[in-house]
Amino acid sequence: MTEIGLNHILFVSIALFFIGVYGFLTRRNMIMMLMSIELILNSVNLNFIAFNKYLWANKMDGLFFTIFIIAIAAAEAAVAIAIIINLYRSHRSIDVEDASDLKF
Amino acid sequence: MFDKLTLSLIPLLPLLSFLMLGLFGRKVFKNFSGIIGTGALLVSAGLSLSTAYNYFFVSGKVDGVYQKITALKISWLEFSPGVSIDIGILLDPISVMMLVVVTFVSLMVHIYSLGYMKGEERFSTYYAFLGLFTFSMLGLVMSSNIFQIYIFWELVGVSSFLLIGYYFDKPSAVAAAKKAFIVTRFADLGFLIGILVLSFNAHTLDFETLIQRLTDPNSEYMRSAIAPAFLGFSSLTWGLMLVFIGGAGKSAMFPLHIWLPDAMEGPTPVSALIHAATMVVAGVFLVGRLFPVFAISCPGALELVAYTGALSALFAAIIACTQTDIKRVLAYSTMSQIGYMMFALGVSGYGNEDGLGYMASMFHLFTHAMFKALLFLGAGAVIHFVHSNEMNDMGGLRKHMPITHITFLIACLAIAGVPPLAGFFSKEEILLAAFHHNKLIYGIALITSGITAFYMFRLYFNIFWSKEFHSHGEHHGEGGIVMMLPLILLSLGAAFAGFIPFSQLVTSDGKPFETVLHLSFSVAPVLLGLAGIFIALRLYKTQNDIANKISSSLSGFYSSAYHKFYIDEVYLFITHKVIFNLLGKPAAWFDKTIVDGFINRLGSSSEKISEETKTLQSGQVQQYAAYFLAGAIGLGIIFIYVLTLK
Repeated sequence: MTEIGLNHILFVSIALFFIGVYGFLTRRNMIMMLMSIELILNSVNLNFIAFNKYLWANKMDGLFFTIFIIAIAAAEAAVAIAIIINLYRSHRSIDVEDASDLKF
Repeated sequence: MFDKLTLSLIPLLPLLSFLMLGLFGRKVFKNFSGIIGTGALLVSAGLSLSTAYNYFFVSGKVDGVYQKITALKISWLEFSPGVSIDIGILLDPISVMMLVVVTFVSLMVHIYSLGYMKGEERFSTYYAFLGLFTFSMLGLVMSSNIFQIYIFWELVGVSSFLLIGYYFDKPSAVAAAKKAFIVTRFADLGFLIGILVLSFNAHTLDFETLIQRLTDPNSEYMRSAIAPAFLGFSSLTWGLMLVFIGGAGKSAMFPLHIWLPDAMEGPTPVSALIHAATMVVAGVFLVGRLFPVFAISCPGALELVAYTGALSALFAAIIACTQTDIKRVLAYSTMSQIGYMMFALGVSGYGNEDGLGYMASMFHLFTHAMFKALLFLGAGAVIHFVHSNEMNDMGGLRKHMPITHITFLIACLAIAGVPPLAGFFSKEEILLAAFHHNKLIYGIALITSGITAFYMFRLYFNIFWSKEFHSHGEHHGEGGIVMMLPLILLSLGAAFAGFIPFSQLVTSDGKPFETVLHLSFSVAPVLLGLAGIFIALRLYKTQNDIANKISSSLSGFYSSAYHKFYIDEVYLFITHKVIFNLLGKPAAWFDKTIVDGFINRLGSSSEKISEETKTLQSGQVQQYAAYFLAGAIGLGIIFIYVLTLK
């Protein structure tokens, strides 16, 4: 077995990213969409960590960025869930297809 | 010399009367608005008489020449140094003469209207309009600047419009007012362009400077002005011809005369003031004002004036023989007499004896104002008495209206040129000037003077003789002192104005000259006039069939003259059929299909496009995300494979 290299991690990251995108585009449940977004964010985090480790191992930029993204993602999740709750209260549904009042 | 205040008061008093009566007349001055208007005019007339005395006999003459005096000059709008619109007062023989004519006739009409318009509901409005008219006309004759004259020119047009349409509940009066305004306004367009052409060439709007620059053959202004500019005429000729078109419109010269007969819809005193004595001679005055330029620099344009005048004189005289509405007869007579004044200017030269035609024209303007105002006021008295404009309703009125009868007879004799009344002298001078200059015009003038005598006495006999007058219902006599006094004063003018030595006072270059009346020369016109009177006497003094027989034997000619030679129909044909179909309809089509069509197509196609594209906004968040993703991927492909390949 060879050592796990940068490419391996990037493959995982890409797979994670597209799974997230696929989920975001196909799931009608807003909670599921929110979770898909988390997947996308985490694939990005994975990229940052991998590049930091393999290319600039003596620097900390990627790590800090990742921590930053995790913090933002927590805030984003809080806001998104608040929106979803409000939507549920007004529409009695969290199906994204029902939330189309603002079209033309 | 001349007091600025006095001179300014002459036009400003009527303006003041207009403002007072126009703003407060109906409420405050209800019962004495006529007195206010007449009083203002009385003062104004007194001031202009004293000005005339002062000018002609005291201080106007320097070294034997009457000067052009700019008594007042206020720079109003300055476009560039030298070119400015000034408001000023220019005194020269013709403007002083016009001051007297306008204020005198206007005063007569004001007094006369006290009786004629009594009991009208809009009595004070009527006097307000009269004041406005008198103000504008006085401003016009005193103008020192060609643009100032244009302003007042339009103002007299407006007041004429208001007074023709005075009986605004009568559709024919409204139509006549509109017609007068539109026709003269159309001609004024020519005037305005003429002003622009002249002032462009002379680099000034001031009359004195303009005349001086455009008559000096060595000036630089003349060189550019007489160079052929357009269609073979020089710009000077064009300018003068265009100015003359404006004058012809106001003065009802053929073919712009069509408004004048219809203008008789206005109250009769108004016709006497505006459409006989003052406003319609504004065109003659204008040509007279620019006369040195016409005579010295551009004889070609003067020819146009001469032939237009002669044609109008004859043409209107023939029509006047067939009309039955007495005011229309007088209207055509006015047009014919103004034609006389015009061609008298046209056959005149400049300076001394050559300027005989100019002097004669101004002389005739003066005498004509007297007897034509008298004729109209007399006709007004008759209409007041009979309550009809038609000749057929009249006849035998001489016993019922003795004063009107005598004064009307004096005016008829004066216009027919019977010596020694006023018309004889002025007409003699005109004929003499025409005889020396152009035999064709002399012939036309001679024939016209015979016809004039005929139709005036046809009118006279039909009103006062013909048949017995059967009075039906109550009649109120001739109209009292206020209506008779102006008739008597004007008949004195019509009788004795001929003895004024005009050649000593009003000449083309200001230098007096002697005129001699050749008795042998006067024989032909006087005999022709008497012949005209005699024929009218035979045909119309008693009722008989001769007139009808003659008219039916001339049936084609008679009926075309009766229908005013179908000029109105020609205008209708040109405007309705030719202009409407050839210009109006294509223009309307172009506007509707091309201009409107383009804008409409623009609107409908953008509506269609937005209809198509609005479905993109579906409200489905995931759809947007998919588009966004596709876009991001597309951009990524472009950045990676296309932009980095180089």
